[in-house]
Amino acid sequence: MDRGRAVFGVRIADGRRSRSRRLFADGRARLTALSDASAPPAARSGLRVASLRSALAGPFDLSLGCGEVLAISGASGAGKSLFLRMLADLDPNQGEVFLGGIPRSSMAPNAWRRKAPYVAAESGWWAQSVPEHFAPEERRPALALAERLGVGVAQFDGPVDRLSTGERQRLALVRALILSSPVLLLDEPTGPLDPVSVREVEALILERVSEGMIVMLASHDPAQGPRLGARRLRMVDRRLQPEAPA
Amino acid sequence: MIALSPTDLALAASLVALDAGLSVALRLQLHRQLIWSATRMVVQLVAVGFLLRFIFALNSPWATLTIVLLMTAIAAREVAARPAHKFKGFAQLAISGTAVALATFVTAGLALSTAIRPHPWFDPRYAISLAGIILGSVLNAGSITLDGVLGGVWRERGAIEARLALGVEFKIATRPLLRESVRRGLLPIINQMSAAGLITLPGIMTGQILAGMDPVEAVKYQILLMFLLAGASGVAALTIAELTLRGLSDDRQRLRLDRLS
Repeated sequence: MDRGRAVFGVRIADGRRSRSRRLFADGRARLTALSDASAPPAARSGLRVASLRSALAGPFDLSLGCGEVLAISGASGAGKSLFLRMLADLDPNQGEVFLGGIPRSSMAPNAWRRKAPYVAAESGWWAQSVPEHFAPEERRPALALAERLGVGVAQFDGPVDRLSTGERQRLALVRALILSSPVLLLDEPTGPLDPVSVREVEALILERVSEGMIVMLASHDPAQGPRLGARRLRMVDRRLQPEAPA
Repeated sequence: MIALSPTDLALAASLVALDAGLSVALRLQLHRQLIWSATRMVVQLVAVGFLLRFIFALNSPWATLTIVLLMTAIAAREVAARPAHKFKGFAQLAISGTAVALATFVTAGLALSTAIRPHPWFDPRYAISLAGIILGSVLNAGSITLDGVLGGVWRERGAIEARLALGVEFKIATRPLLRESVRRGLLPIINQMSAAGLITLPGIMTGQILAGMDPVEAVKYQILLMFLLAGASGVAALTIAELTLRGLSDDRQRLRLDRLS
């Protein structure tokens, strides 16, 4: 956990990952045994953010139960992306995040991000063609998801630079959905989409939410939160506050 | 060996004067720069000649080591100064210093303890010349690699962070960048080796032939040196790329572009 050990790189990181996997599995088992305990459900099986902060934003404190959606509104530059990136541990931060009672700091960073993938407002691509962004065994289910979002096989099999912004955004969402993670962090997921695609994306998100996925999303669309049945908060000056009543 | 007289050099200098005349006639605006750089070259080389003569006469391991360290430090500074994006603080100099010193000392040490083996082992005539040649290659490979990583990480930060955000390890997310930067860093020495003898007569070999050495013996020296340069370039490029990427990450495998100015 200290800087010095991390410097030795991959071997220790792997060791840590397998240890945190065990921790998580143990935690799950214990949690099922304690499922009728008196702890609030959010703390037991959901996501808890405890005093998450950095020099730039926070502190943030909140709990979300399984299958809960949080929609964050706020002006550009208010700190919505910063908050999501801190949750994903992509930006330096202090404080703690618990998932199913397991602290994030006990997991290897990449193991955490697999559980809580973050989809940026501007999608990044690291290879020329779309299929190269998926492991071979992921390609079939990824294509199925893409088709549900209105991206056809022609675009899916083609080069990334032939895609429209909206197609890229939907395929970036597919890259995260394919992980079947317990948490999903979405930054303006439907910003560049037409109304039909927006509904398709929302339907897919709601389907995952009904299976227990926790979703946090930053959105400029004030109607999106209600459509997703989300709890709504507003980011103002890098702090979260209740949404003002309409 | 044919010694050169001042008249010989003056005659050759008239070629520079010819260049300057051309610049004036064609309005190239280059004559000032040309004269200045030619003068600088003469002063620098004469000074180095006398310095080396002095160090050779001392024949002390400490004097030799001091000169080699000084040359290494200057090369490290040059490597660190090239890229447009730089680390805040001394990290950049620390990275380039480590890589340049490692590459130079490992390959020069290998040559001095096996193939060349002068008596005494620190004979400045061999140690300093060898370090100088190696540093030239290390400077090339190191600065191109450093520039490749620091420029590339800005260009590709979206792609790298997209992978990190999906739970890919930092090492794997930055591997394409590492590969591309090291590959670019090794191109000069690959060009140099494939062109040697056909397109260019390498400097060392030419020098030794001019100094009266048998061409085949001179070629053997040149081959040894090319291998040393290839090794030094590889060590320098890989060390620089690894250390730079390590400096751009932290214990939670984030991409820390905030560490660049």
